[in-house]
Amino acid sequence: MSDTESPGPDASGDTESDPSFDPAEPNTGDSFEPVDVFPDSDDFDLRPGADSCYKCSTCDTNCPVAEVDDDFPGPKFQGPEQWRLKQTDDDYEVDDSIMDCSNCMRCDNACPSGVPLSQMHNTARGQYVDEQMSKLSVEYWRNRILANYRTSAWFASKVPRLANFAMNFGPARWAMDKAMGITDEREFPAFATETFTEWWAKQGGAAGSRERAREARERRGDPVDADKQIAYFHGCYSEYNTPEVGKALVRVYEHFGYEVVVPDQGCSGTPMFANGMVDDARRHAEVNVSSMSDLVDEGYDAIASCTSCSMALRQEYPELFDIEGIDDVATHTFESVEYLRIHEDLVDEVREAEVDDELAEEFAYHAPCHARNQGLDRQAVELFRDLDGAEIEDVGESCSGISGTYGWKSEKYEKSMAIGEEMFDHMDHAAGETGMTECPTCAMQMEHGTGYEVRHPLELLEAALVE
Amino acid sequence: MEATPSPTGGTSVAIDSDVLVIGGGIAGLTATLAAARAGADVRLVSYKQSTLRNASGLIDILGYLPDSDGPVVDPYAAIPDLPSEHPYRIVGTDTVEEAMALFDDAAANYRGGHTDANALLPTHGGTIKPTARYPASASAGLASDERDVLLVGFEAMTDFDAPRAASHLAAADVPFEVRGVTIRFPGDLRADAKVTRYAKLLDTDGTVTVRGRDRPVREALAERVNPHLEGEGRVGFPAVLGDDAAGAVREALAERLGAAVFEVPMGPPSLPGLRLEDALFDALDAAGARFETGNPVVGFDGDGEIEQVYVEKNGAEIPYAADEYVLATGGLVGKGIESERDEVYEPIFGCHIAQPDDRYAWSEHDAFGDHEFARFGVQADAELRPTDAADDVAYENLRAAGSVLGGYDFAAEKSGSGVSIATGYAAGRDAAEVVA
Repeated sequence: MSDTESPGPDASGDTESDPSFDPAEPNTGDSFEPVDVFPDSDDFDLRPGADSCYKCSTCDTNCPVAEVDDDFPGPKFQGPEQWRLKQTDDDYEVDDSIMDCSNCMRCDNACPSGVPLSQMHNTARGQYVDEQMSKLSVEYWRNRILANYRTSAWFASKVPRLANFAMNFGPARWAMDKAMGITDEREFPAFATETFTEWWAKQGGAAGSRERAREARERRGDPVDADKQIAYFHGCYSEYNTPEVGKALVRVYEHFGYEVVVPDQGCSGTPMFANGMVDDARRHAEVNVSSMSDLVDEGYDAIASCTSCSMALRQEYPELFDIEGIDDVATHTFESVEYLRIHEDLVDEVREAEVDDELAEEFAYHAPCHARNQGLDRQAVELFRDLDGAEIEDVGESCSGISGTYGWKSEKYEKSMAIGEEMFDHMDHAAGETGMTECPTCAMQMEHGTGYEVRHPLELLEAALVE
Repeated sequence: MEATPSPTGGTSVAIDSDVLVIGGGIAGLTATLAAARAGADVRLVSYKQSTLRNASGLIDILGYLPDSDGPVVDPYAAIPDLPSEHPYRIVGTDTVEEAMALFDDAAANYRGGHTDANALLPTHGGTIKPTARYPASASAGLASDERDVLLVGFEAMTDFDAPRAASHLAAADVPFEVRGVTIRFPGDLRADAKVTRYAKLLDTDGTVTVRGRDRPVREALAERVNPHLEGEGRVGFPAVLGDDAAGAVREALAERLGAAVFEVPMGPPSLPGLRLEDALFDALDAAGARFETGNPVVGFDGDGEIEQVYVEKNGAEIPYAADEYVLATGGLVGKGIESERDEVYEPIFGCHIAQPDDRYAWSEHDAFGDHEFARFGVQADAELRPTDAADDVAYENLRAAGSVLGGYDFAAEKSGSGVSIATGYAAGRDAAEVVA
């Protein structure tokens, strides 16, 4: 309560003798002021969220891990229940099952009561790793290396051909499995011989993009000085492994007359949150927020092609960190196709376009969990079903099971494949033998389970719209 | 299309449709389906995942009339006896029947449409409930069937106490013998294993370990039940018998038990509700409707007519425009109606909600009393358009459907899903007619 507000009924000191007070009668007088038990809080107080849980267990029915592993107690326990246990007992230790949560964040979208479940999971996991996990353990270092994929990828990108050989060299993989707990069942993704940013520099960077955007505006009949500028958050995977996705983004956006800039950036932090490495994530978030918030101030929006990257910037950052400009960046971050749906007449352009077997005729589309959470799970299907020359089929609501680094851990590999089984099965039954998804690790799992090549929606958009 | 200021300071065109439905419960899904099948370009936006998985999966039209002793036999015949402000009276009996026909067509796995009369089904508490439609998985459980029943509960699943439910049913004088047993589910799932864990295991006929031996779960479950069977013609389980392959699970169990197998609908979270949710979303997809969940509608432009609404995405407010709008956001539980200490209100459009000034008149002392709050909701004209305090239409192009409507007490009447289907259907159909 602020100082300027009128004093409460207790201020006169004679409440006890107040003749109007009768416990048998409801107190509805003007002087009644209900006690604000849980005041709105500016910090990361999770109490209001925990109190909003009315235990309907809808979150539990969305948990892909609990569906295949009954030893995992599910999001209702990991979130509000564990949070309460932490408050009542100072010695309470976070249950180690928190490391079995894959951070798919489906429970957020499920909760009819707005409980911030993934925020609770991220907080508990961070605390568990900080306080309970041995920093000398193999598990800690294995997780840390997996979470900092960007660092390994940066080294590998310096010698991509050697890295591609070495990373999939049988005896080395066997040793990694046995010594580190990184499964040798999977093939490491190939590193591109030219990173996205190397390609981008050759295109003339921001200056080149401005020129091409202006030409496109002229062609489209838009004002040449239109306020259409985006900052591309390519993430690690488009940078080191699938630069074709980043190139498609640039070409599609320039086609619509957008000037693209590619600011300094680190990892979005997604694999770090999932491994409880919150400090690592903060270091990267500081870099990202700092470069993005300057651009947002200048009128740019931040666009990500990876749905986990956009998820991190728009939801996990403001939920977990207090960095100057973070809320502004979150508000101005969008997924790449979503942004065009909002700002351009994308539906009509796609309806009038056609593709001629450029990538494939039929696609088996999987919506990543993190796309689902942003309300984007139907976007590609609803957009491309109007595109002449392409068919797209949704392979269902199952999680792919890989969840970033999760499915790379030897002890979780089988669980990851059991979760993915439903998706593999639906992909098998779909007409298309080319997969489609926005998430690079879902793509990895789709390919691993079916052998299909997997495309990003931006690649099909490029084929449909860009000359 | 209208250009509006975007959060970026540039401009954005609104995401456009003929009809925009707000809310993803059974009312919103029905409205979307009705409008899409009538040829409209329709989009559904829902803040959160559909709440259907919180529902038992039974579809009631009207189970009880106010002040009547027993259950309603024919809900359609009883509609004229309802008060004139009741949503069924607003849309009329013919529309209720048409709406149910749409539902029957979309939900192929539902039974009960062969008759106007209510069916009587056992609940997991052992009561008998009048209902209009029930999932095929529950159909061998009808209380009007004279075959004897064995109810089977699982030790780790405390929501269903089979012996107690059986004795309640016997006390209700059902026309058959009924017993209940509790067994351990093969494989010893942990005490709080999720209903989806049981369903997935049965769907995939996964392997469980019983006394050191690996067995397929369907076979192992039937073997645990068999010694308890004393010639009963049907066996009822809690409703966790599979999700995608529910029919195959029941068939496999029935074959090994030599008896019909049925599910007893359970409280939330509910597999029958989840299966219905899947069926209705598949129907929307087939009808060409668009839908998205995850972000709330937080505001609108317009005076006397809705121009566009705003969907909030992490702080950014994105305009969504349509010619016609359907408000299907739910009631007090679904948060389509909100309440403070001194006010009950509809949060998106501020639609008028009649209410006593004195909040202590909102409810009765008796828990099962005739509560005023149970009927709180927006009031609507003959076309389901919300009206203001003077009974004038609030917005020409806004219709309300489902439990955001006032004037009926779904919990007492057992009319929740029926009113949602009927008003959702009417709102979707009428909205599509305007834009045609």
